[in-house]
Amino acid sequence: MPPVHRSVVYDWLRHDKKFPHVWCPGCGLGILLGSLLRSLVESGLDKNQVVLVSGIGCSGRLPVYVDVNSVHTTHGRALTFATGIKLAKPELKVITVMGDGDATAIGGNHLIHAARRNLDITAIIVNNQTYGMTGGQYSPTTPLGAKATTAPYGHREPSFDISALSATAGASFVARSTVYHVTQLDQLLGQAIAKPGFGVVEVLSPCHTNFGRQNRLGSQVDMMKEFKRKGMRVERWRELPEGKRAESIPLGVLVDRDLPVFGQSYDRICDAASRRGEAGK
Amino acid sequence: MAKPRAQLLQGNEAIALGALAAGCNFFAGYPITPASEITERMSREMPARGYPFIQMEDEIASIGCCIGGSLAGKKVMTATSGPGFSLMQENLGYACIAEVPLVVVNVMRGGPSTGLPTNVAQGDVQQARWGTHGDHPAIVLCPATVAQCYELTITAFNWAERFRTPVVLLSDEVVAHMREKVVLPEPHEIEVIDRRQPTVPPDWYVPYKTDGSLIPQLANLGEGYRYHVTGLVHDERGFPTRRADEVEPFYNRLFGKISRHFADLERVKAYQLDDAEMVIIAYGCTARAAAAAVRIGRERGLKVGMLQLMSIWPFPRRPVEEALTGKRLALVPELNMGQISREVKRVNDGRTQVLRHGKMDGSMITPDEILGRLREAK
Ligand SMILES: Cc1ncc(C[n+]2csc(CCOP(=O)(O)OP(=O)(O)O)c2C)c(N)n1
Ligand code: SF4
Repeated sequence: MPPVHRSVVYDWLRHDKKFPHVWCPGCGLGILLGSLLRSLVESGLDKNQVVLVSGIGCSGRLPVYVDVNSVHTTHGRALTFATGIKLAKPELKVITVMGDGDATAIGGNHLIHAARRNLDITAIIVNNQTYGMTGGQYSPTTPLGAKATTAPYGHREPSFDISALSATAGASFVARSTVYHVTQLDQLLGQAIAKPGFGVVEVLSPCHTNFGRQNRLGSQVDMMKEFKRKGMRVERWRELPEGKRAESIPLGVLVDRDLPVFGQSYDRICDAASRRGEAGK
Repeated sequence: MAKPRAQLLQGNEAIALGALAAGCNFFAGYPITPASEITERMSREMPARGYPFIQMEDEIASIGCCIGGSLAGKKVMTATSGPGFSLMQENLGYACIAEVPLVVVNVMRGGPSTGLPTNVAQGDVQQARWGTHGDHPAIVLCPATVAQCYELTITAFNWAERFRTPVVLLSDEVVAHMREKVVLPEPHEIEVIDRRQPTVPPDWYVPYKTDGSLIPQLANLGEGYRYHVTGLVHDERGFPTRRADEVEPFYNRLFGKISRHFADLERVKAYQLDDAEMVIIAYGCTARAAAAAVRIGRERGLKVGMLQLMSIWPFPRRPVEEALTGKRLALVPELNMGQISREVKRVNDGRTQVLRHGKMDGSMITPDEILGRLREAK
């Protein structure tokens, strides 16, 4: 894939929006933004065709910077709005951006049902293992034992594997990457956008401000190095002996399957219903 | 021309048919007694017309889905009852602040919580006004007959589209399940209002900049006008702002676009009020009992009349003031402990004596009870 020229990315940003952005210096969300823009350009989509839908959180602030149709919804509900948009205008490319709390705590119900329905929506889930925007409380992906502002003695709950959850719930496409593995992230986002049906890309991203500081993980650079150290292509990871797997994070395409897509099956119902209606006249 | 045909219709069916007549082309809902018939009817009607219908995973999702559909240009409706209406409140506020046309039907049943799921009540009147957090305008309509279910659903769509705001149709279990003979108007007799579209090319477009109407001409998603929609307070371009000099005008416009049309938004029906010495102010199923009480009372020589409120919010202040003026007594019967009577008392301002008659036993107020209260008070 030839590199997408910087000026193209520049063209997709909203410059009349008051930059600088709201994120902490060094936050992974800016890297994701760049990656998303490159994959959109690479996908050959028209700006008018793209709808970015987000929930509430640091991740939820991403769409406002992009010169497409952007909808910043309520906490956890991005997928419900996205479902409505996609049903209303199937020709649009609908992409949601959610945080881990957004997508799997308050919005967990919507995530599993969107995956089950398999509507043609791409869901980018930024997993920073914490509630960034509200100050580092624990989220469904906070690791057991980690510190959070609501877990001062260490977190007592096991965590969700967002990708596994999405796969089990029925998504057509599931992939995982990190903001360190940018080239891979560009590609995976492109693949998810191109894939018909519900596609999830789990993006591991450092929140040094809240999660990192409380857990003494060092600077954002140190946290990025951790992604580098632990990240492993899923194909290689699968060959590891069971006992060794927990030390690494499998990255890449985890699930890619062809399943019935909601819009297409609904069209068939409409055809049948209108034929029955006409027969009844 | 064929003679208009009388039909026997249920209140909930009339809402579904009214929605279709108003141009509803998108429905998302979640089943709940006593509103399920609306969702069921729509699940038959929408696919037959090629329109989206979806049963979502809950009511939060249903209203979210509707808002998405509306942003993309559809005329959307969802239907629920108390527990679901409670779940919808946050996104109802979103539709208000982001100015998204939307019709929400709440068929009232006994609450709070699961309450009396199959019994009638009118306990959600103040919730329909104040249910979502933050100060905001609200438009709420309330039918008492099957014909009004049809008519007010059309009005709800027209106002949602015209003002770019959510409109709540507050029905109740009795009106919802009752069957009555109705003659529906011919399509050409129905006025249908659609939201205004941008009149400038995309390059000149400032989404929330308004003309004298104070109502923005928001483009449907995906039609070449790229802008930002958010539940945060935003500037004219749609971008979040906290600047006092942008925040205050924003709120002023949000309230102003409704408040300058208060007179237009008053929908009431007067029964035998001309010579009345006593007035009953009622709404929803209770207005039916009140109408019967007026009839029976008149036969017995009582000079009593009734004002039915078909619009509840904004509270139809002027017609209520008029109805109270010069009366000896006003009675407000309702299936709650005084949610509208307190509004009537507020606007009464010393004009007359206002009595409330609240009932919460899961059944309707009867004409006899109303007459009894009037007799006691005499
Ligand atoms: C209904 C509701 N509850 C709580 C909040 C407060 N809140 C805002 S963002 C957030 C969590 C953000 O965490 P996450 O979704 O993981 O996103 P991040 O900020 O880490 O990107 C919470 C709890 C809210 N806005 N709405
Ligand atoms: S709080 Fe965390 S997630 Fe939010 S902007 Fe800062 S570093 Fe990023």
